[in-house]
Amino acid sequence: MEYLSILFDQVYKILFLLVPVLVSVAMVVWLDRRVWAFVQKRQGPNVVGPFGLLQTIADALKYIFKEIIIPSTSNKVIFILAPIVTMTLALIAWAVIPFSATQVLADINVGILYLFAVSSLGVYGIIMGGWASNSKYPFLGAIRSAAQMVSYEVSIGVIIINVLLCVGSLNLNDIVIAQQDLWFVIPLFPMFVIFFISALAETNRPPFDLPEAEAELVAGYQTEYSGMMYAMFWLGEYANILLMCAIGAILFLGGWLSPLEIYPFTLVPGPLWLVLKILLLFLLFALVKAIVPRYRYDQLMKLGWKVFLPLSLIWVVLTASYLFYFNLLPVN
Amino acid sequence: MKISRFFKTIFMVDFASGLYMAVKEVFKSKKTINYPFEKGKISPRFRGEHALRRYPNGEERCIACKLCEAVCPAQAITIESTQREDGSRKTTRYDIDMMKCIYCGLCEESCPVDAIVQGPNFEFSTETREELYYTKDKLLDNGDRWENILEANIKADSSHR
Repeated sequence: MEYLSILFDQVYKILFLLVPVLVSVAMVVWLDRRVWAFVQKRQGPNVVGPFGLLQTIADALKYIFKEIIIPSTSNKVIFILAPIVTMTLALIAWAVIPFSATQVLADINVGILYLFAVSSLGVYGIIMGGWASNSKYPFLGAIRSAAQMVSYEVSIGVIIINVLLCVGSLNLNDIVIAQQDLWFVIPLFPMFVIFFISALAETNRPPFDLPEAEAELVAGYQTEYSGMMYAMFWLGEYANILLMCAIGAILFLGGWLSPLEIYPFTLVPGPLWLVLKILLLFLLFALVKAIVPRYRYDQLMKLGWKVFLPLSLIWVVLTASYLFYFNLLPVN
Repeated sequence: MKISRFFKTIFMVDFASGLYMAVKEVFKSKKTINYPFEKGKISPRFRGEHALRRYPNGEERCIACKLCEAVCPAQAITIESTQREDGSRKTTRYDIDMMKCIYCGLCEESCPVDAIVQGPNFEFSTETREELYYTKDKLLDNGDRWENILEANIKADSSHR
């Protein structure tokens, strides 16, 4: 009986996190399309609900009622598993995101490593989908995606090392609290820029959306998917984007801290600050989608391995030397 | 690589100016219209759904001269006529197959009494093919419904005819 109450307690907590995340994913899809349209001086989705806010829900309903087509030559088990893996991995990462000093589902002391591990696993959903489709475009899309995500993961890892040098802890709440005096975006600004661009590549957003480059690969790894399975890929993708925004907000923009510790700002609760910071980063994501052309594949690889990796490695050395020289290394 | 180009790349000057431009565009007025709720302006010469007009006293204008039937390049119009008791010639049947029609406007131009006209309505899609075989009743009904606009359009365009 006791176990049961603990179980219910946990399920309640998880739902309290997941439902808002899923709802905000839906809203964020709308926001993305709307910003994109506004930059191009179009109206964007504005019919379903107030300002078209319920557009994504209408789309999801449409997908639910559509037939799921499974190609006869596909590997059915993996084909069905792929969107589930993508969606699940995009959602479980939210467990360690701190919304305030106490509001975190799993306050583990290796939070950032967990995030990094889960977001690295994210590529599996795409590879599984592309491989199991047994068709040329999904396969090429999946190969591209794998190569791209692995390349940019490396530089994201090195950027995280920069932040960790300044914090001295892998716990996400410690990382936030370490920014009490100064957000890391100021001393580590170049790293923030590289993180942002790598996050674009990591989530297959333009200008790095080569895995689903419609001019070349139809829809990349999603080509053979239809109905709710396609929608799950799609929701998982946006959940991943939100997650990357959340990681960026926590690592560089002070997570749930308010920008200034003075009267009007302290009234706003911590979770709201985090949400606002995530939204700000997402707006940047959406604007970038509207203004940039797609990279060529060799340019993408060159940027990842020959520019970002050396730059972030050099910055690790610089940060470490600076901290060591001025005796600022965090001591626990 | 030039030095200036190098610094532009490093500091992402082009990207920043593009971003600034995009943000500026967000606040400008939209170039598209909110279609089902607002519609674009259409010319008086717009060739939309057909209509058969009446005289103000309620008499049909059409005199069954069959010029429109003859000129119709898609042969979408079918007319049958008879002589009425008062000696005037009127149609007993005036059908337009809206799926054959190419909306060229020749029927409207050939009509000596401005009876058959193409109105401003372009939203007459149907769910079955049968509904697109327009009969005389349907066309006259269209004429009654759109008469105000049709008359204004003919007036506006009369100086160019």
